[in-house]
Amino acid sequence: MTETHADYRLSQLDQLEAESIHIFREVAAEFEKPVLMFSGGKDSIVMMRLAEKAFYPAKIPFPVLQVDTGYDFPEVLETRDNWVNRLGVRLIVASVEEAIANGVVVDDGKTSRNRMQIGTLLHAIEENGFTAAFGGGRRDEEKARAKERVYSHRDEFGQWDPKMQRPELWSLYNGRIHAGEHMRIFPISNWTELDIWDYIGREGIEIPSIYFSHQRRVFERDGMLLTESPFNPCRPGEVAEERTVRFRTVGDLTLTGCVESTASTIEEIIDEVAVARVTERGATRGDDRFSEAAMEDRKKEGYF
Amino acid sequence: MGTIKSDKMDLLRFATAGSVDDGKSTLIGRLLLDSKSIFEDQLEAVEATSASKGYDYTDLALLTDGLRSEREQGITIDVAYRYFATPNRKFIIADTPGHVQYTRNMVTGASTADLGLVLVDARQGLTEQSRRHAVILSLLRVPHLVLAVNKMDLVDFDQEVYNKIHAEFTQFATKLNIPDLEVIPISALQGDNVVNRSENMAWYSGPTLMHHLEHVHVASDRDLIDARFPVQYVVRPKSDEHHDYRGYGGMVAGGVLKPGDEVVVLPSGMTSKIAGIDLFDREITEAFPPMSVTIRLEDDVDVSRGDMIARVKNAPQPSQDIDAMICWMTTTPLKPRQKLAIKHTTRTARALVKDIQYRLDVNTLHRDQETKELGVNEIGRVQLRTTVPLLCDPYSKNRTTGSFILIDEATGITVGAGMINSAS
Repeated sequence: MTETHADYRLSQLDQLEAESIHIFREVAAEFEKPVLMFSGGKDSIVMMRLAEKAFYPAKIPFPVLQVDTGYDFPEVLETRDNWVNRLGVRLIVASVEEAIANGVVVDDGKTSRNRMQIGTLLHAIEENGFTAAFGGGRRDEEKARAKERVYSHRDEFGQWDPKMQRPELWSLYNGRIHAGEHMRIFPISNWTELDIWDYIGREGIEIPSIYFSHQRRVFERDGMLLTESPFNPCRPGEVAEERTVRFRTVGDLTLTGCVESTASTIEEIIDEVAVARVTERGATRGDDRFSEAAMEDRKKEGYF
Repeated sequence: MGTIKSDKMDLLRFATAGSVDDGKSTLIGRLLLDSKSIFEDQLEAVEATSASKGYDYTDLALLTDGLRSEREQGITIDVAYRYFATPNRKFIIADTPGHVQYTRNMVTGASTADLGLVLVDARQGLTEQSRRHAVILSLLRVPHLVLAVNKMDLVDFDQEVYNKIHAEFTQFATKLNIPDLEVIPISALQGDNVVNRSENMAWYSGPTLMHHLEHVHVASDRDLIDARFPVQYVVRPKSDEHHDYRGYGGMVAGGVLKPGDEVVVLPSGMTSKIAGIDLFDREITEAFPPMSVTIRLEDDVDVSRGDMIARVKNAPQPSQDIDAMICWMTTTPLKPRQKLAIKHTTRTARALVKDIQYRLDVNTLHRDQETKELGVNEIGRVQLRTTVPLLCDPYSKNRTTGSFILIDEATGITVGAGMINSAS
């Protein structure tokens, strides 16, 4: 932030930061048991940074929750651990593998790990009695998310009903819930992909190395470049080869594609994102390609 | 498109309004498309859907109707937020549906807007709905208003048509509180005067819509005189390193606060001095709206969430009797003697409806004193009595300390939006 404010104007990035911090504090003050959903991806890292700022010099007053698909990138898990250790917050891992083993979700061989995260997450929220769960969803990501409130009410089944959303006025958030219900909170609703990158650059904070250009053995499937891995073997006709790539989003490695890129610094990534002609989800997220309303349908079930 | 650095840009929030067929979605689609904020995959999806539905042209409205039921019915059912940026400014559009639930949705969208954009169809001229939109924007104290006279292509770009609507609206606006009005003739479908200047309307010498959105001055709309700091969260580290740290986190709602300022904590009335203002790990020399900061005081006075820090000689009056305009947002009517939860800044209390003075007809501005209740989407003047004092200002002075929401205690739903006239 600039030191002199001759005309008392804040840049839009400073305004977004102030608004997000306001939301974090509001939730911490009004909810019994909040949790921060933290995947180790760029958006949740920005969230973690904002939470750090909101309560400084005190520690973040709630735990973080990661839903581990079992197919996560090791570089992302490493970054997750670094953040958690540096800030001294409690990490809760909700494992899809474990949820399958315990019969919480069913692996029928057809359902993606991404979809199985829904049941795993809802179970973890219920088991721990969380009343508010912060998520890094942004309204610019997807048209169903553009309709999302900052405080998104979820019923006892964790479901989102887009037709029954509460009006959200000024910066007065309504956090009332009944027993068994919870609220999803989206403090970075108004940020765009470019804002996230500018902020990461400005703050100089650690993100997983796979966001930067690197060599990787990849193969092409449905127009996406996927990582060669025992979890995701090549099918007949698919050939893995070494390419220079980076990731725009991170999720389950069986569904998250990378893009060919030589961008190896934040500056270069920003330049690339600024001229990108395809959205991050359209380019590299297999989970959004199932149908025109894939995101909306998952959100109604309880996805973040 | 060159590289955009978003930490240098400023921000304009605007709310759109218009009837169902005024071409609002087309205009938003056009703004997004011409500012290169639509990505190829999104556009391809819209083109494919348009083609599969047998449309003759790409329906840009499909870009903004994000929900299944909206696409099924071809209507917008709820406020959506959209984003685009030009090299100097980022824009957040509160896209409010022009459908039956207009008032409630418009109030929602307008509550945070710096600018209101009202569309009229050049063939129809001003309708009841355009007047209603202007009334709501003025009630919500949206400081800038743009009337976009759309579909100029369908009236042969006739200057007389524009002049007539311009004159009629300017006349109407004198009855309202609209500090800044701009009337722009456009064709959203063909792109005239949206981003690019229209060759078809050489007679028009004003700005294009995008130029106006980019240059309208919004920083001066905030109150930088009356210091208001609602305490949101008490920061107490309880660590060895910061053993004695006690700070008050919150968002500045008005004025400029500096270390050394003599302040009063309300409602207790205790006075102290600002010892320091922290922004994360740095001390800063001043804080102003809408910064989120942590304030430390010199004395160990009792301060908790819901209190307010203000200047000793310039503080809001704590009051339990509130006179306000209310927009009612639910189908069960608001009636006298009703009890509700009220959230005002960081303070939550209960409120009793003492009286409903009148219902405002937002079409004619007539004050109906006969009806003693407010139905869904109706606006009226109401007297409330609260269980604890609120620290409020008139909404006309400060949109943060002058606003509140009403919550139904049984369902937990937000049922009303309030703008304070006065407190006593």
